Amino acid sequence: MLTGNYAAAHGARLARVEVVPVYPITPQTHIMEKMAEFIDRGELLAEFVSVESEHSAMAVAIAAQATGARTFTATSAQGLVYMHENLFVASGTRLPIVMAIVNRALGAPNTIYPDLSDSLDQRDTGWIQIYVENAQEAHDMIVQAYRIAEDKRVLLPVAVCFEGIIISHYMEPVELLDQGLVDGFLADYRPEHVLLHPDKPMAVGQILMDDAYYTEYRYQQQAAMDQALKVIPQVDREFGRTFGRSWGGLFQAEMMEGAEVALLTLGSLASTARDVVRRLREEQGLPLGLVKLRTFRPFPDRELRECLAGLKAVAVLERDASVGGGGIVYTELARSLFAGRRGGPLLVDYVLGLGGRDVTREDVEAIALAVFQERDKSEIGNPVRWFKVRGLE
Amino acid sequence: MSNLADSLTREELFQSGHPFCPGCSGGILMRWLAKALGRDSICNVAATCLALPTLVYPHSLNLPCLYISMAPSPAGVTGVSAALKILRRKGRLPAERKINVFAVAGDGSAGDIGLASLSGAAERNDDGLYFVFDNEAYMNTGIQRSGSTPRYTWTTSTLSGKPERKKDLPRIMAAHDIPYLATLSFAYPEDFFAKVAKARDMEPGFKYFHIHSPCPAGWRFSEDKTIQVARAAVESGLWILYELDQGQFRLTLRPARRRPVADYLKLQGRFKDLTGEDLRALQEEVDQRWKALEEGQVQIPVLA
Repeated sequence: MLTGNYAAAHGARLARVEVVPVYPITPQTHIMEKMAEFIDRGELLAEFVSVESEHSAMAVAIAAQATGARTFTATSAQGLVYMHENLFVASGTRLPIVMAIVNRALGAPNTIYPDLSDSLDQRDTGWIQIYVENAQEAHDMIVQAYRIAEDKRVLLPVAVCFEGIIISHYMEPVELLDQGLVDGFLADYRPEHVLLHPDKPMAVGQILMDDAYYTEYRYQQQAAMDQALKVIPQVDREFGRTFGRSWGGLFQAEMMEGAEVALLTLGSLASTARDVVRRLREEQGLPLGLVKLRTFRPFPDRELRECLAGLKAVAVLERDASVGGGGIVYTELARSLFAGRRGGPLLVDYVLGLGGRDVTREDVEAIALAVFQERDKSEIGNPVRWFKVRGLE
Repeated sequence: MSNLADSLTREELFQSGHPFCPGCSGGILMRWLAKALGRDSICNVAATCLALPTLVYPHSLNLPCLYISMAPSPAGVTGVSAALKILRRKGRLPAERKINVFAVAGDGSAGDIGLASLSGAAERNDDGLYFVFDNEAYMNTGIQRSGSTPRYTWTTSTLSGKPERKKDLPRIMAAHDIPYLATLSFAYPEDFFAKVAKARDMEPGFKYFHIHSPCPAGWRFSEDKTIQVARAAVESGLWILYELDQGQFRLTLRPARRRPVADYLKLQGRFKDLTGEDLRALQEEVDQRWKALEEGQVQIPVLA
């Protein structure tokens, strides 16, 4: 039995990370403590750096990775936005750093409970973002993340995101990966290009004057993201062949046979939604399906469009909000579904569970039934629905 | 001088044709550091005037260079040295191959926006040499006041002169009890190279250097007077050359006869509005400072 935090830390240990700069912040701190313990006890040969801020945590990770060491860090909420500036540097210098983001709602007002706005807010930083549902997936994905990040077609940093408290602190059965198998799955880190070494001097994070290739640098990051859409499912399939367990790659479409309406969600809400969809299908014969979104960056545009094309309605259930613009996943999905074609399913957004408010099966069932009733309507009013706001009910 | 020149490598790792302003002391700094530290070095650069010649292709500095962002060049030292350490422990880098990790930063980067990062690296005693290129304002953006700007100084954001004192970063760093700390001047190359070489050859740890760095454009003097201005600062007793070696203080240069501070100030346009009263007060302060130093009343001289 392990918490999500410990499961993620064990993943980093098995990936044989080499430099670990971390700054404590609730609810991430257990990852930091566990990494310090692994290193102190000699269970992991690595340098632990107790940095003075998250801004420096990412800076140390960038410098260490650029010097040829595999690095790992972790943070939450305010710590993540404090390192925001350096997130662009990590991706811009094409360094395959892996970070666990333990989602926590951003202040003010301040809370240690989760929503996903902190990491979703980092969507433009050039990091691959993968959202996981439970401690086992967090454990497995830290290992997969290094394989994805270090793939020569990708070479981008990866964030593995999971909700604080709900996943980070509650204990679940977790099967730890076998070190020998991990060693076979994940080769040692041997950078071939971006590397600070006196034998081959280069400037990393260089300055460009005038119109010197900035567009091309950025385009190459986009091209790497496009490659990641292929690499992420490949890595997941190979992980499945090696360890007997896989997670669906970009997203996991479940119970979609004959579905007219799908719930699309991410993180721990997927567990609740899965249970609700299964029961409504079995007990009431309702044609519902579930899409568990895993990869938010790169956003699987084409793959999701194909998956959702035949549906009458899609309800996004998300624990985040871009105030003034609706849910962040909804906004992204709307863009994606609209891109390059006419029509498509009715899209409805439920903003819920912010700041860790509990989302029950009854809540999800009420949403599923409401959207099912609306599936053939041509006009539904405001599609962005703030669910169960006290004083508005 | 010929003795010093003969003792240094003739290899130029810092190339001519760099984009520093004419007369900028930054070109001297990078050339001297490259000679003092040699080819087996890795450089971290903060957002400074020093970033252009080290990070714009074609790079003038023929050493590996990393630029992260404005604040965390000390964290860059930390990260590079942590990686080198683990690569040595894992046998991926020969244990006997010494690589000098260093950083160059401006006074605004080191003392203002990056002070937490600098303090963190010093407190952890991470392995590297840290050089503060103190030109006493944000010069790369065009002469704005920094914490390190001296009192009375004109900048584009202190049009009537800065009312506050200079932040004395060496004293802040001395409070970290790092193994080595020194002040440097471009007018005293023997002192410069002796101190850098001493720190370079010490056991791993955090070594801090603070360099009085005249800036013709920002200090308003002609580009042929850089060394003259640097020397006047030391000879007038405003800039004091010292070291703290394992906490042991040593004055490394004592002016034979201190010149009036006016000799230094009047070389520059940035103090043009200084009143006679201000000048007398400053002279009095510098005299008191030296008296305290000579009488052993202070451990570390004030550079504010």
